[in-house]
Amino acid sequence: MKSLERHLRALRKTGVKALVPYFMAGVTTDWVRHVEAAVAGGASAVEIGVPFSDPMMDGVVIQEAGLRSLANGTTLDSLCAEVAGLTLDVPLVAMSYYNVFHHYGLAASARRLADSGFDGAIVPDLAPEEAEPWRDACHSVDVATVFLVAPSTPSERVTRIAAMSEGFVYAAARMAVTGRASDLGAAPRVVAAVRRATDLPTYVGIGITTPEQAREAAQVADGVIVGSALVRTILDGASPADTEELVNSFRRALD
Amino acid sequence: MAEDTVYMSTPDEFGRFGEFGGRFVPEALMPACLELEDAFLDAWSDREFLAEYQSVLADFAGRPTPITPLARLSERLGISIYAKREDLAHTGSHKINNVVGQTLLTVRMGKSRVIAETGAGQHGVATATAAARLGLACTIFMGEVDTKRQELNVFRMELLGATVVPVTSGSRTLKDAVNEAMREWVTCVEDTHYCLGSVMGPHPFPWMVREMQSIIGHEAARQLRDIRVGTPDYVVACVGGGSNAAGVFAGFANSSAQLVGVEAAGGAAVGHGSPGVLHGMRSLIMQDEFGQIEEAHSISAGLDYPGIGPEHAHLAASGRARYVEVGDEVIIDALRTLSELEGIIPALESAHAVAWLIREAGREIPLGSSVLLNMSGRGDKDVAQVLSILRSGS
Repeated sequence: MKSLERHLRALRKTGVKALVPYFMAGVTTDWVRHVEAAVAGGASAVEIGVPFSDPMMDGVVIQEAGLRSLANGTTLDSLCAEVAGLTLDVPLVAMSYYNVFHHYGLAASARRLADSGFDGAIVPDLAPEEAEPWRDACHSVDVATVFLVAPSTPSERVTRIAAMSEGFVYAAARMAVTGRASDLGAAPRVVAAVRRATDLPTYVGIGITTPEQAREAAQVADGVIVGSALVRTILDGASPADTEELVNSFRRALD
Repeated sequence: MAEDTVYMSTPDEFGRFGEFGGRFVPEALMPACLELEDAFLDAWSDREFLAEYQSVLADFAGRPTPITPLARLSERLGISIYAKREDLAHTGSHKINNVVGQTLLTVRMGKSRVIAETGAGQHGVATATAAARLGLACTIFMGEVDTKRQELNVFRMELLGATVVPVTSGSRTLKDAVNEAMREWVTCVEDTHYCLGSVMGPHPFPWMVREMQSIIGHEAARQLRDIRVGTPDYVVACVGGGSNAAGVFAGFANSSAQLVGVEAAGGAAVGHGSPGVLHGMRSLIMQDEFGQIEEAHSISAGLDYPGIGPEHAHLAASGRARYVEVGDEVIIDALRTLSELEGIIPALESAHAVAWLIREAGREIPLGSSVLLNMSGRGDKDVAQVLSILRSGS
């Protein structure tokens, strides 16, 4: 079992609901301060976005953050170097489209992530059917690969995906790209489907916008992922202190 | 390469052609891709479906399209050129072949709406046309840059009852229109089919679209036999994503003809690309040293795409087809030459294939060779752009 999974299973045993904020690497020069602030605010793990020119699974907020990051010159190497300088006591999960790793080299990417302190990776356009080369690359390093289950995933696929996922299962709350939303969508049904297939921690993401929604989602799931709601405020000029307060408002709702 | 290699047959169970192809999509879209694969397999072996597809192509789209010997251009270049006249198909290009098939499939799957991406607007117009015929709702995603250079096609789509959504993300061209169509598809996959316009994207699209375009090559092979030309020395087509080329190559893949795909120099995925993953497929992609996708730049919106269909990547890797490039600077001349000598105004995309023939006849192409040229579309949509280029003197 990889570190990410050990850590998140242990967290669940303590009865604490996981809060996983997402930040786009390189979106501002002080982006790592936001990561630190999120941990101070009560994040259980942090998802770090690797910018990609063509983010097929992302809505306007994360698209904008990614383009801004690329304009700032962010690369896999540059963000890994910054992450390597952090001392945090929570796991870090990279979120990247497959081409970035494919182009860097799968084994080299996996090693680079592990060496920089990443514990996992989410690759939303890497279907389970195509994942073998990446999983092989991660076999000998301590990087867990997290797979997504969608509302459209039939039950036999849920079983297959749950069996492949490491660390946790990402339950997509809705049939949509990332972004803000006004309700929980299909989250309870998707979480229930994942629960039938595995005892891995199951986190809900895509559209979790308010602390109240997070609290509701955590009633069925083991944790929540909050992306666009946080990234929007950073694009609008939020300081690390603002981020800490916002993350903490989610933390308080979950506790 | 084994003597008995069969080219352009069925991809493997993962949708791969050699090392290219596959299915790299968010999980939300996987079930739809699997459903589509099953539906296509079922339909494509159903005689009734095939008969309907062929009858719509005949009675609505105007097939078969003729073969025209290009007498004056042939005389000037010293080679014998036969044009397959996809420009005479309904809506003005080969795109109609694919959309007739996919819209019939949409109805068969019980879906009531189609969405599509478009670059030059040809696929958008074709989709809107086929959707109107079947009473399907239709939304077309088009890069904002392209909506400006192809304003008339936007109006055409709207006349046909489609909604055109200008895409303002990324480079605002074809690749971004594909991203936006994929994003939309995630939200409406239950009742909506994504009518992808080229031999690209996740499996089964590259294979399905090639199959639906292969009527070009099969017709042409028969027509060339009928006029006693037989197998031509060359089969030449322009390539963006590569649907017209795949369609015409399919009729000659296992013949002695040399297959040549002509890329725009500013969008040459074989010429300047490397293996990558984009829009659901592993193929040759133009990208920078960090794996970020590069923007294509071509005079023709339809070739402004940084990737190429995975089967073309495989045909290039296996050596069965050759991919060459021509620059923007020779396209207008080629368009004028064909117009003046043959009375055919080609689409800017198709003019790339003409330009390569003009450049290479008597050089790479030995004098006296016979050439099948796929005239993928007509130039009506481009005349305003050509006029402004000629007036500005660039």
